[in-house]
Amino acid sequence: MSVLLDIRGVTRRYPRPRKRLFQEEAPLVAVDNVSVQIAQGRTLGIVGESGSGKSTLARMVMAFEAPDAGEVLFEGKNIHALTRRELQALRPEFQMIFQDPFGSLDPRRSVGWSVAQPLRAAGRTADPALIARTLEQVGLRAADVDRFPHQFSGGQRQRIAIARAIVTRPKLLVADEAVSALDVSVRAQILNLLMDLQEEMGLGILFISHDLAVVSSLCDDLLVLRNGVVVEQGSAAGILNAPGHEYTHTLLTAARLELQGEGAA
Amino acid sequence: MTTRAINLRIGAFLVIVLSAVALLSLVWTPYDHTMLSVTEKFRPTSAAHWLGTDQLGRDVLSLLMAASVNSLAVAFIAVGVGGAIGTALGLTASACGGWVETAIMRLADLGFAFPALLFAIMLAAAFGPSLSNAILAIAFINVPIFARVARGAANQIWTRDYVLAGRAAGASQFSLTVEHVLPNISAALIVQATIEFAVAILAEAALSYLGLGAQPPMPSWGRMLNEAQTLMYLAPQLAIYPGLCIIAAVLGFGLLGDGLRDVSDPRLARGRA
Ligand SMILES: Nc1ncnc2c1ncn2[C@@H]1O[C@H](COP(=O)(O)OP(=O)(O)OP(=O)(O)O)[C@@H](O)[C@H]1O
Ligand SMILES: [Mg+2]
Repeated sequence: MSVLLDIRGVTRRYPRPRKRLFQEEAPLVAVDNVSVQIAQGRTLGIVGESGSGKSTLARMVMAFEAPDAGEVLFEGKNIHALTRRELQALRPEFQMIFQDPFGSLDPRRSVGWSVAQPLRAAGRTADPALIARTLEQVGLRAADVDRFPHQFSGGQRQRIAIARAIVTRPKLLVADEAVSALDVSVRAQILNLLMDLQEEMGLGILFISHDLAVVSSLCDDLLVLRNGVVVEQGSAAGILNAPGHEYTHTLLTAARLELQGEGAA
Repeated sequence: MTTRAINLRIGAFLVIVLSAVALLSLVWTPYDHTMLSVTEKFRPTSAAHWLGTDQLGRDVLSLLMAASVNSLAVAFIAVGVGGAIGTALGLTASACGGWVETAIMRLADLGFAFPALLFAIMLAAAFGPSLSNAILAIAFINVPIFARVARGAANQIWTRDYVLAGRAAGASQFSLTVEHVLPNISAALIVQATIEFAVAILAEAALSYLGLGAQPPMPSWGRMLNEAQTLMYLAPQLAIYPGLCIIAAVLGFGLLGDGLRDVSDPRLARGRA
């Protein structure tokens, strides 16, 4: 089993606004020396409360921003050391699904346009048959290509976003809170879809969530973050059965309570 | 109906009437507006001349109609050219960020600080007064205005997830700008263009009034006003008619622009929530 994504000692700092004239404010360390790997076809869950640096890590994995220290290797290549052209050529291999299904699709573009975007950007032809097949693969109809995002529900939009993310047959999918904005019942459908796609396509998934309950159903491995620091990491089953840290325990209790609350409602 | 809706309707009505008259004058005016007549000077309103004739015996209605085309054409070209250049600069600033953005916006500040009238006078001094120099001056004031509006609106669009998704897809800054940013700020640009149209019509009238714009025999509301000035006691209507035209045009585009902004802004805000 080969390593798909290798995150090595990655650190990201953000400057904080100065409060006093003669005193430089210490920078905010959003991600602090994080190392973790994802193997081909496996799912890594990243959990942590709000502000723990999950999205910052995702942005670095997607090469939207560069780390201040450490490196991100995709199939052995340091993505932050690539030229723009090389990075562009590699982009079809790793794609992303966003949290807000209403914000991640351009309201002025048709479904077909959005789904074909990664193909066009990579200089490939956007074969209509491929678009149709991809839409069907995520549970939509081939005829939906000509419709616009506002004609779909949140769950359907997330399916469109997933179609866009898998149309280039990537090896890695980064999902940042991809189901958090959805209703509980829809959430399960989307999670099932992701698992099916993983099986079909051998996708590696970086699954980010503040909700341990969601993560536990999906992930092989787990990374628990708090204020940018790794609190715990290892196999998901191991951590969920026997959390080795007070913080993980708190997250777990909160997740169980929420689950019970939803079950009662 | 709210006051805003009424404003929008009044604005739209004035703009439509004005545009219709301008279009009509291209194919038909009651008289040839260049036709002089010594015997027909200073005629009052009559069945033959609805708005009378001027000091040279020309039909005033025909003059006003022909001048409306010039007013609209000047505004259209000036706002179009200045707006396009300004929008391109604003989009570039927003797409590049960093020192490029700072440099472009400092230039825009400089453009703002530079009075358009002064620029028009300089152009006239250097190349002689002409309508094309007036257009250039009006286009010039539009560049920094559109640069600011485009950059402000574009910066908001760049933070949207769909732009990030485009980046993840591998699209270049240029195609992200053309495919996502520009279409999504077009409403803001159209509103601004409508408002600047009003300003441009007023500016053209002012420059022509000062002799820096349309040159005889080209009809212009501003120059008609200027020529009527010395005849105020003799024939005040010759000043009143072009004045009313200017007011109607400026008010029409101004109300339409304001109304469009009121309609488009809150809806966009609500659609996002
Ligand atoms: N561009 C930025 N500039 C300055 N600070 C930032 C920036 N992006 C993130 N931060 C800060 O870095 C920290 C981590 O943010 P991040 O968005 O990665 O957290 P998160 O775990 O994704 O939280 P959430 O669950 O709320 O999405 C936060 O304190 C945040 O305020
Ligand atoms: Mg986040």
